Amino acid sequence: MTHNFVVVLASFLACAVEMVEALTIVLAVGVTRGWRSTLIAVGAALGALTLVVAALGPTLAVLPIDGLRLIVGGLLLVFGLQWLRKAILRYGGFKALHDEDAIFAEEERAARAASPDRDGLDWYAFTVAFKGVFLEGLEVAFIVVTIGGAQHNVALAAIGAVGAALVVLAAGLLVHQPLSRVPENTIKFVVGVMLTTFGVFWAGEGAGIEWPGQDVALLGVLGYVAAASIVLVAAARRRHVRTLAIAVAA
Amino acid sequence: MKPIESFARFWYDFIVGDDWRVAIGVAVAIAVTVFAVDRGANWWWFLPAAVGGLLAMTVLGGARQPARSGGES
Repeated sequence: MTHNFVVVLASFLACAVEMVEALTIVLAVGVTRGWRSTLIAVGAALGALTLVVAALGPTLAVLPIDGLRLIVGGLLLVFGLQWLRKAILRYGGFKALHDEDAIFAEEERAARAASPDRDGLDWYAFTVAFKGVFLEGLEVAFIVVTIGGAQHNVALAAIGAVGAALVVLAAGLLVHQPLSRVPENTIKFVVGVMLTTFGVFWAGEGAGIEWPGQDVALLGVLGYVAAASIVLVAAARRRHVRTLAIAVAA
Repeated sequence: MKPIESFARFWYDFIVGDDWRVAIGVAVAIAVTVFAVDRGANWWWFLPAAVGGLLAMTVLGGARQPARSGGES
């Protein structure tokens, strides 16, 4: 039960944050170059992503669960630690925060500068929108397939992803501008903590260890990863302040 | 860049990311856990400890570099 809830939540948050990024690109291209080619590209990218999930999901379902959890746990660990690293460095001031307004303005400027296609499909709009949706979506597909696969229940993770897609899409349609108020780094931090937690738990199970308290240990690992990450945010902030002080003094 | 090279670069960036030492560290930590279990030791604490160490290493390593503009996911 705990597992299922956390799987849906992790998938929901990861999908939401990537959807916000994809929506920014789609809005910029659609507003500037027109919606026909942009929406065709969005449909094509979603179709390609569905094929990726449809091809990988059933394959994972037939693999033995322990071997699968070992591999998936390792992948989630590498992936989760990447997300956490970036989120912690952004909190610490060592990386710029994601600015959807700035990205929107840049995409819009590039779209206006590109020469217009007068007949048929606007290939500039198609390519940029397809790439934006497909690449951001690939990350979500990877998370859905791995965390769903490790539970032998891709549909469960897909529920979270589809739910997030609908929420972000509805918000995008309502405001018709980039969702710059979404606390993106906070969501990325939470997703990083969750992916790393699942990675530790499943890689451990796949390796054959017995967790103290069995499934309840997942919550213990979650608390441990969250606490370690918060301590590192504080350490990164201290280091950033020190670096700035040295730079000012020099 | 050749198509195969750019395809490989995409997957490398996608999976391994900015710090390859994390991927190597995770592989080693899992291998040690499998080895310990194989020898009959239930080292459940090892993987969390290794992950905590890897996270500290990669964050504090990244915090030595100056702040960059832009914001890739």
